[in-house]
Amino acid sequence: MMEEKVAIIEALIFASDTPLTAERLAEVLPGTDKKEITALFGALCREYEQRGGGICLQEVAGGFQYRTRADLAPWVRKLKAGRPAMLSPAALETLAVVAYRQPLVKAEIDRIRGVDVSGALKGLLEKKLVRIVGRKDVPGKPIIYGTTRKFLEVFNLRDLSELPTLRELKDLQE
Amino acid sequence: MSYEIKLDIFEGPLDLLLYLIRKNEIDIYNIPIALITAQYLAYLDIMRSLNLDLAGEYLVLASTLIHIKSRLLLPPAEEEGEEEEGEDPRAELVQQLLEYQAFKEAALRLENRPLLERDVFTRGAREEGPSVAEGEGEAMIEVGVFELVAAFRRIVAGLDRPEELEIDAEKISLADRINEIMERLSEKRQLTFVELIGEKHDRRRIIYTFLAVLELMKLRMIRAYQSGPFGAIRLFLAVEDQ
Repeated sequence: MMEEKVAIIEALIFASDTPLTAERLAEVLPGTDKKEITALFGALCREYEQRGGGICLQEVAGGFQYRTRADLAPWVRKLKAGRPAMLSPAALETLAVVAYRQPLVKAEIDRIRGVDVSGALKGLLEKKLVRIVGRKDVPGKPIIYGTTRKFLEVFNLRDLSELPTLRELKDLQE
Repeated sequence: MSYEIKLDIFEGPLDLLLYLIRKNEIDIYNIPIALITAQYLAYLDIMRSLNLDLAGEYLVLASTLIHIKSRLLLPPAEEEGEEEEGEDPRAELVQQLLEYQAFKEAALRLENRPLLERDVFTRGAREEGPSVAEGEGEAMIEVGVFELVAAFRRIVAGLDRPEELEIDAEKISLADRINEIMERLSEKRQLTFVELIGEKHDRRRIIYTFLAVLELMKLRMIRAYQSGPFGAIRLFLAVEDQ
Protein backbone atom coordinates (compact mmCIF):
# COMPACT_ATOMS: atom_id res chain seq x y z
CA MET A 1 0.00 0.00 0.00
CA MET A 2 2.79 2.34 0.98
CA GLU A 3 4.65 1.53 -2.23
CA GLU A 4 1.57 2.17 -4.31
CA LYS A 5 1.07 5.55 -2.68
CA VAL A 6 4.70 6.48 -3.23
CA ALA A 7 4.22 5.63 -6.90
CA ILE A 8 1.13 7.85 -7.06
CA ILE A 9 3.02 10.74 -5.52
CA GLU A 10 5.85 10.25 -7.96
CA ALA A 11 3.37 10.46 -10.85
CA LEU A 12 1.70 13.55 -9.42
CA ILE A 13 4.93 15.43 -8.89
CA PHE A 14 6.03 14.48 -12.39
CA ALA A 15 2.82 15.73 -13.94
CA SER A 16 2.54 18.92 -11.91
CA ASP A 17 3.62 22.21 -13.46
CA THR A 18 4.41 23.78 -10.13
CA PRO A 19 5.93 22.32 -6.96
CA LEU A 20 3.37 19.91 -5.52
CA THR A 21 2.29 20.93 -2.06
CA ALA A 22 1.11 18.65 0.73
CA GLU A 23 -2.28 20.42 0.69
CA ARG A 24 -2.78 19.76 -2.99
CA LEU A 25 -1.72 16.16 -2.52
CA ALA A 26 -4.23 15.69 0.29
CA GLU A 27 -6.96 16.84 -2.09
CA VAL A 28 -5.99 14.29 -4.72
CA LEU A 29 -5.31 11.47 -2.27
CA PRO A 30 -8.14 11.69 0.23
CA GLY A 31 -7.80 9.88 3.47
CA THR A 32 -4.11 10.52 3.87
CA ASP A 33 -3.20 12.62 6.86
CA LYS A 34 -0.38 15.11 7.11
CA LYS A 35 1.90 12.75 8.92
CA GLU A 36 1.52 10.05 6.30
CA ILE A 37 2.11 12.53 3.49
CA THR A 38 5.34 13.71 5.07
CA ALA A 39 6.43 10.09 5.42
CA LEU A 40 5.55 9.35 1.78
CA PHE A 41 7.47 12.38 0.50
CA GLY A 42 10.38 11.31 2.67
CA ALA A 43 10.34 7.78 1.28
CA LEU A 44 10.32 9.07 -2.28
CA CYS A 45 13.12 11.54 -1.56
CA ARG A 46 15.28 8.75 -0.16
CA GLU A 47 14.64 6.63 -3.24
CA TYR A 48 15.96 9.38 -5.46
CA GLU A 49 18.91 10.06 -3.21
CA GLN A 50 19.91 6.41 -3.21
CA ARG A 51 19.59 6.19 -6.94
CA GLY A 52 21.96 9.15 -7.37
CA GLY A 53 20.77 9.85 -10.90
CA GLY A 54 20.44 13.04 -12.85
CA ILE A 55 17.18 14.04 -11.22
CA CYS A 56 16.70 15.19 -7.65
CA LEU A 57 13.46 15.52 -5.77
CA GLN A 58 13.58 18.86 -4.09
CA GLU A 59 11.47 20.79 -1.68
CA VAL A 60 10.96 24.28 -3.09
CA ALA A 61 8.40 27.01 -2.48
CA GLY A 62 6.46 24.85 -0.05
CA GLY A 63 6.13 21.86 -2.39
CA PHE A 64 8.04 19.11 -4.13
CA GLN A 65 9.50 19.27 -7.60
CA TYR A 66 11.89 17.28 -9.76
CA ARG A 67 14.97 19.22 -10.66
CA THR A 68 18.12 18.28 -12.50
CA ARG A 69 21.27 17.84 -10.47
CA ALA A 70 23.12 21.16 -10.22
CA ASP A 71 26.46 19.76 -11.38
CA LEU A 72 24.89 18.59 -14.63
CA ALA A 73 23.95 22.14 -15.58
CA PRO A 74 26.52 22.51 -18.39
CA TRP A 75 24.89 19.69 -20.35
CA VAL A 76 21.35 20.86 -19.81
CA ARG A 77 22.36 24.38 -20.79
CA LYS A 78 23.86 23.04 -23.98
CA LEU A 79 20.59 21.31 -24.75
CA LYS A 80 18.62 24.46 -24.14
CA ALA A 81 21.03 26.59 -26.19
CA GLY A 82 21.54 30.04 -24.85
CA ARG A 83 22.76 31.53 -21.68
CA PRO A 84 20.35 32.14 -18.85
CA ALA A 85 19.16 35.67 -18.30
CA MET A 86 21.10 36.84 -15.29
CA LEU A 87 20.12 39.43 -12.77
CA SER A 88 22.33 42.49 -12.60
CA PRO A 89 24.15 43.24 -9.33
CA ALA A 90 21.76 46.15 -8.78
CA ALA A 91 18.76 43.85 -9.19
CA LEU A 92 20.27 41.22 -6.90
CA GLU A 93 21.02 43.74 -4.18
CA THR A 94 17.51 45.14 -4.39
CA LEU A 95 16.06 41.65 -4.29
CA ALA A 96 18.15 40.76 -1.25
CA VAL A 97 16.88 43.81 0.62
CA VAL A 98 13.27 42.97 -0.24
CA ALA A 99 13.74 39.31 0.69
CA TYR A 100 15.22 40.01 4.10
CA ARG A 101 13.24 43.07 5.10
CA GLN A 102 9.83 42.37 3.61
CA PRO A 103 7.23 43.70 3.78
CA LEU A 104 8.77 47.08 3.11
CA VAL A 105 8.33 50.29 1.12
CA LYS A 106 10.57 51.55 -1.65
CA ALA A 107 11.97 54.40 0.46
CA GLU A 108 13.46 51.83 2.82
CA ILE A 109 15.22 50.02 -0.05
CA ASP A 110 16.48 53.38 -1.38
CA ARG A 111 17.87 54.17 2.06
CA ILE A 112 19.69 50.86 2.47
CA ARG A 113 21.18 50.81 -1.02
CA GLY A 114 21.86 54.54 -1.06
CA VAL A 115 20.46 54.92 -4.55
CA ASP A 116 17.09 55.26 -6.19
CA VAL A 117 15.96 51.70 -6.84
CA SER A 118 13.00 52.48 -9.13
CA GLY A 119 14.55 50.84 -12.17
CA ALA A 120 15.77 47.71 -10.40
CA LEU A 121 12.46 47.32 -8.60
CA LYS A 122 10.50 47.64 -11.83
CA GLY A 123 12.63 44.92 -13.41
CA LEU A 124 12.04 42.60 -10.46
CA LEU A 125 8.30 43.23 -10.64
CA GLU A 126 8.35 42.41 -14.36
CA LYS A 127 10.27 39.22 -13.71
CA LYS A 128 7.67 38.40 -11.04
CA LEU A 129 10.30 37.95 -8.35
CA VAL A 130 8.82 40.80 -6.32
CA ARG A 131 5.19 41.71 -5.92
CA ILE A 132 3.08 44.45 -4.44
CA VAL A 133 1.76 43.27 -1.12
CA GLY A 134 -0.32 46.28 -0.22
CA ARG A 135 -0.13 49.89 0.78
CA LYS A 136 1.17 51.32 3.98
CA ASP A 137 -1.34 53.29 5.98
CA VAL A 138 0.68 56.49 6.22
CA PRO A 139 0.37 59.75 4.27
CA GLY A 140 0.95 59.09 0.58
CA LYS A 141 -0.02 55.44 1.01
CA PRO A 142 3.29 54.08 -0.27
CA ILE A 143 3.33 50.64 -1.89
CA ILE A 144 4.59 47.73 0.18
CA TYR A 145 6.69 45.10 -1.57
CA GLY A 146 7.47 41.47 -0.87
CA THR A 147 8.90 38.49 -2.68
CA THR A 148 6.85 36.00 -4.68
CA ARG A 149 6.52 32.25 -4.81
CA LYS A 150 8.50 32.41 -8.02
CA PHE A 151 11.37 33.95 -6.07
CA LEU A 152 11.47 30.81 -3.90
CA GLU A 153 11.34 28.62 -7.00
CA VAL A 154 14.09 30.47 -8.83
CA PHE A 155 16.41 30.60 -5.83
CA ASN A 156 15.74 27.03 -4.81
CA LEU A 157 14.30 27.87 -1.40
CA ARG A 158 11.85 25.81 0.61
CA ASP A 159 10.50 28.95 2.25
CA LEU A 160 11.75 32.32 3.42
CA SER A 161 13.12 30.87 6.64
CA GLU A 162 15.63 28.96 4.55
CA LEU A 163 17.33 32.21 3.54
CA PRO A 164 20.78 32.24 5.08
CA THR A 165 20.69 34.56 8.07
CA LEU A 166 21.87 38.05 7.43
CA ARG A 167 25.17 38.55 9.14
CA GLU A 168 24.59 40.42 12.35
CA LEU A 169 25.76 43.97 12.02
CA LYS A 170 28.13 43.65 14.94
CA ASP A 171 29.82 40.65 13.34
CA LEU A 172 30.68 42.53 10.22
CA GLN A 173 33.98 43.88 11.36
CA GLU A 174 36.70 41.87 9.77
CA MET B 1 43.50 55.58 -16.26
CA SER B 2 42.67 52.39 -14.44
CA TYR B 3 39.90 54.34 -12.76
CA GLU B 4 37.70 54.24 -15.81
CA ILE B 5 37.37 50.49 -15.83
CA LYS B 6 36.22 50.56 -12.26
CA LEU B 7 33.47 53.07 -12.79
CA ASP B 8 30.63 50.95 -13.99
CA ILE B 9 30.98 48.41 -11.24
CA PHE B 10 29.75 50.73 -8.53
CA GLU B 11 26.19 50.17 -7.57
CA GLY B 12 25.90 53.55 -5.92
CA PRO B 13 27.68 55.95 -3.58
CA LEU B 14 27.79 53.47 -0.68
CA ASP B 15 29.36 50.90 -2.94
CA LEU B 16 32.01 53.38 -4.04
CA LEU B 17 32.72 54.27 -0.42
CA LEU B 18 33.06 50.62 0.57
CA TYR B 19 35.41 50.10 -2.33
CA LEU B 20 37.61 52.99 -1.17
CA ILE B 21 37.63 51.66 2.39
CA ARG B 22 38.70 48.24 1.21
CA LYS B 23 41.26 49.62 -1.22
CA ASN B 24 42.93 51.65 1.53
CA GLU B 25 42.61 48.81 4.03
CA ILE B 26 40.87 51.04 6.49
CA ASP B 27 39.06 50.03 9.64
CA ILE B 28 35.43 50.76 8.89
CA TYR B 29 34.89 51.91 12.49
CA ASN B 30 37.67 54.44 12.22
CA ILE B 31 37.41 56.01 8.80
CA PRO B 32 39.94 58.77 8.12
CA ILE B 33 37.33 61.13 6.75
CA ALA B 34 39.76 63.60 5.14
CA LEU B 35 41.48 60.89 3.07
CA ILE B 36 38.29 59.15 2.06
CA THR B 37 36.51 62.39 1.19
CA ALA B 38 39.40 63.44 -1.06
CA GLN B 39 39.41 60.12 -2.89
CA TYR B 40 35.64 60.05 -3.14
CA LEU B 41 35.58 63.52 -4.69
CA ALA B 42 38.35 62.51 -7.10
CA TYR B 43 36.15 59.68 -8.35
CA LEU B 44 33.23 62.06 -8.79
CA ASP B 45 35.49 64.29 -10.88
CA ILE B 46 36.38 61.41 -13.15
CA MET B 47 32.75 60.53 -13.56
CA ARG B 48 31.96 64.14 -14.35
CA SER B 49 34.78 64.31 -16.88
CA LEU B 50 33.14 61.41 -18.66
CA ASN B 51 30.14 63.67 -18.89
CA LEU B 52 28.04 61.19 -17.02
CA ASP B 53 25.07 62.75 -15.43
CA LEU B 54 26.05 62.09 -11.85
CA ALA B 55 23.22 60.61 -9.91
CA GLY B 56 22.18 63.01 -7.21
CA GLU B 57 22.85 60.36 -4.57
CA TYR B 58 26.57 60.60 -5.18
CA LEU B 59 26.48 64.30 -4.42
CA VAL B 60 24.36 63.79 -1.31
CA LEU B 61 26.97 61.44 0.10
CA ALA B 62 29.75 63.85 -0.85
CA SER B 63 28.06 66.57 1.16
CA THR B 64 27.52 64.16 4.06
CA LEU B 65 31.25 63.37 4.05
CA ILE B 66 32.16 67.04 4.04
CA HIS B 67 29.67 67.72 6.81
CA ILE B 68 31.19 64.97 8.95
CA LYS B 69 34.66 66.29 8.26
CA SER B 70 33.66 69.78 9.37
CA ARG B 71 32.10 68.42 12.55
CA LEU B 72 35.27 66.51 13.34
CA LEU B 73 37.22 69.73 13.05
CA LEU B 74 35.05 71.56 15.55
CA PRO B 75 36.05 71.41 19.18
CA PRO B 76 33.70 69.25 21.25
CA ALA B 77 30.62 71.09 22.46
CA GLU B 78 31.20 73.02 25.68
CA GLU B 79 27.73 72.92 27.16
CA GLU B 80 26.92 70.02 29.38
CA GLY B 81 23.95 67.86 28.55
CA GLU B 82 24.36 68.39 24.82
CA GLU B 83 22.65 65.59 23.02
CA GLU B 84 25.38 64.92 20.55
CA GLU B 85 28.14 65.16 23.06
CA GLY B 86 30.65 62.37 22.80
CA GLU B 87 28.98 60.87 19.77
CA ASP B 88 31.20 60.17 16.81
CA PRO B 89 29.82 62.12 13.85
CA ARG B 90 30.78 59.16 11.67
CA ALA B 91 28.61 56.69 13.56
CA GLU B 92 25.52 57.06 11.41
CA LEU B 93 27.46 56.65 8.17
CA VAL B 94 29.29 53.61 9.52
CA GLN B 95 25.98 52.05 10.48
CA GLN B 96 24.65 52.66 6.98
CA LEU B 97 27.77 51.21 5.39
CA LEU B 98 27.64 48.08 7.53
CA GLU B 99 23.99 47.55 6.71
CA TYR B 100 24.64 48.00 3.01
CA GLN B 101 27.59 45.63 3.16
CA ALA B 102 25.46 42.97 4.83
CA PHE B 103 22.95 43.14 1.99
CA LYS B 104 25.65 43.16 -0.64
CA GLU B 105 26.92 39.91 0.81
CA ALA B 106 23.40 38.53 1.02
CA ALA B 107 22.95 39.33 -2.67
CA LEU B 108 26.12 37.39 -3.49
CA ARG B 109 24.95 34.42 -1.48
CA LEU B 110 21.63 34.50 -3.29
CA GLU B 111 23.42 34.47 -6.61
CA ASN B 112 25.52 31.50 -5.54
CA ARG B 113 22.50 29.35 -4.86
CA PRO B 114 21.58 26.71 -7.43
CA LEU B 115 19.41 28.92 -9.61
CA LEU B 116 16.50 27.68 -11.65
CA GLU B 117 17.25 27.81 -15.37
CA ARG B 118 20.94 28.35 -14.66
CA ASP B 119 22.03 25.45 -12.47
CA VAL B 120 18.93 23.38 -12.02
CA PHE B 121 16.12 22.75 -14.45
CA THR B 122 12.62 21.47 -14.11
CA ARG B 123 10.99 19.17 -16.56
CA GLY B 124 10.57 20.96 -19.90
CA ALA B 125 10.54 24.35 -18.24
CA ARG B 126 9.50 27.05 -20.63
CA GLU B 127 12.12 29.53 -21.58
CA GLU B 128 11.36 32.98 -20.34
CA GLY B 129 13.94 35.72 -20.74
CA PRO B 130 13.63 38.44 -23.33
CA SER B 131 12.12 37.08 -26.52
CA VAL B 132 13.84 39.70 -28.63
CA ALA B 133 16.88 37.53 -29.19
CA GLU B 134 15.08 35.09 -31.46
CA GLY B 135 17.25 33.63 -34.14
CA GLU B 136 20.33 35.04 -32.50
CA GLY B 137 20.99 32.10 -30.28
CA GLU B 138 22.47 34.30 -27.65
CA ALA B 139 21.00 35.64 -24.47
CA MET B 140 20.69 39.37 -24.38
CA ILE B 141 21.14 41.56 -21.38
CA GLU B 142 19.49 44.92 -21.29
CA VAL B 143 22.18 47.56 -21.17
CA GLY B 144 22.33 50.88 -19.46
CA VAL B 145 24.12 54.13 -19.96
CA PHE B 146 27.52 52.80 -18.91
CA GLU B 147 27.65 50.25 -21.68
CA LEU B 148 26.51 52.84 -24.18
CA VAL B 149 29.18 55.23 -23.01
CA ALA B 150 31.74 52.46 -23.44
CA ALA B 151 30.53 51.82 -26.98
CA PHE B 152 30.61 55.50 -27.71
CA ARG B 153 34.18 55.76 -26.50
CA ARG B 154 35.26 52.79 -28.59
CA ILE B 155 33.84 54.40 -31.69
CA VAL B 156 35.34 57.79 -31.00
CA ALA B 157 38.67 56.11 -30.28
CA GLY B 158 38.46 54.45 -33.67
CA LEU B 159 38.20 57.77 -35.47
CA ASP B 160 41.07 58.69 -37.71
CA ARG B 161 43.26 61.08 -35.86
CA PRO B 162 43.61 63.94 -38.32
CA GLU B 163 40.12 65.24 -38.32
CA GLU B 164 39.22 67.03 -41.45
CA LEU B 165 38.50 70.59 -40.69
CA GLU B 166 35.61 70.95 -42.94
CA ILE B 167 32.62 73.08 -42.33
CA ASP B 168 29.93 70.68 -43.20
CA ALA B 169 26.92 71.96 -44.97
CA GLU B 170 24.89 69.22 -43.42
CA LYS B 171 23.37 70.61 -40.28
CA ILE B 172 22.23 67.84 -38.01
CA SER B 173 19.71 68.43 -35.33
CA LEU B 174 18.90 66.12 -32.49
CA ALA B 175 15.26 65.96 -33.50
CA ASP B 176 16.24 64.89 -37.01
CA ARG B 177 18.48 62.17 -35.69
CA ILE B 178 15.73 60.91 -33.38
CA ASN B 179 13.26 60.76 -36.23
CA GLU B 180 15.76 59.04 -38.48
CA ILE B 181 16.58 56.42 -35.87
CA MET B 182 12.92 55.69 -35.20
CA GLU B 183 12.27 55.39 -38.93
CA ARG B 184 15.14 53.03 -39.54
CA LEU B 185 14.24 50.94 -36.51
CA SER B 186 10.63 50.47 -37.54
CA GLU B 187 11.93 49.37 -40.92
CA LYS B 188 14.64 47.00 -39.78
CA ARG B 189 13.27 46.01 -36.35
CA GLN B 190 16.76 46.00 -34.87
CA LEU B 191 20.02 47.77 -35.47
CA THR B 192 23.39 47.75 -33.83
CA PHE B 193 24.82 50.92 -32.46
CA VAL B 194 27.59 50.82 -35.05
CA GLU B 195 25.13 50.36 -37.92
CA LEU B 196 23.23 53.33 -36.68
CA ILE B 197 26.25 55.58 -36.88
CA GLY B 198 26.86 54.38 -40.38
CA GLU B 199 29.76 54.88 -42.69
CA LYS B 200 30.33 58.55 -42.16
CA HIS B 201 32.44 58.63 -39.10
CA ASP B 202 32.42 62.24 -38.26
CA ARG B 203 32.45 63.32 -34.70
CA ARG B 204 29.35 65.44 -34.86
CA ARG B 205 27.26 62.67 -36.32
CA ILE B 206 28.45 60.17 -33.73
CA ILE B 207 27.71 62.55 -30.90
CA TYR B 208 24.27 63.39 -32.15
CA THR B 209 23.46 59.74 -32.69
CA PHE B 210 24.62 58.96 -29.18
CA LEU B 211 22.54 61.77 -27.71
CA ALA B 212 19.52 60.69 -29.73
CA VAL B 213 19.87 57.10 -28.49
CA LEU B 214 20.11 58.27 -24.90
CA GLU B 215 17.07 60.49 -25.32
CA LEU B 216 15.07 57.66 -26.87
CA MET B 217 16.07 55.31 -24.06
CA LYS B 218 15.03 57.88 -21.53
CA LEU B 219 11.66 58.24 -23.23
CA ARG B 220 11.45 54.43 -23.22
CA MET B 221 10.87 54.38 -26.94
CA ILE B 222 13.76 52.06 -27.62
CA ARG B 223 15.57 49.39 -25.67
CA ALA B 224 19.21 48.44 -25.87
CA TYR B 225 20.49 44.89 -25.44
CA GLN B 226 23.93 43.41 -25.43
CA SER B 227 24.95 39.76 -25.68
CA GLY B 228 27.87 40.13 -23.30
CA PRO B 229 30.65 42.44 -22.24
CA PHE B 230 31.93 44.32 -25.28
CA GLY B 231 29.36 42.61 -27.49
CA ALA B 232 27.53 44.57 -30.13
CA ILE B 233 24.80 46.71 -28.66
CA ARG B 234 21.51 46.12 -30.42
CA LEU B 235 18.68 48.58 -30.32
CA PHE B 236 15.05 47.60 -30.53
CA LEU B 237 11.85 49.54 -30.59
CA ALA B 238 10.32 49.35 -27.13
CA VAL B 239 6.85 48.98 -28.58
CA GLU B 240 6.44 47.26 -31.88
CA ASP B 241 3.71 48.78 -33.92
CA GLN B 242 1.23 46.17 -34.85
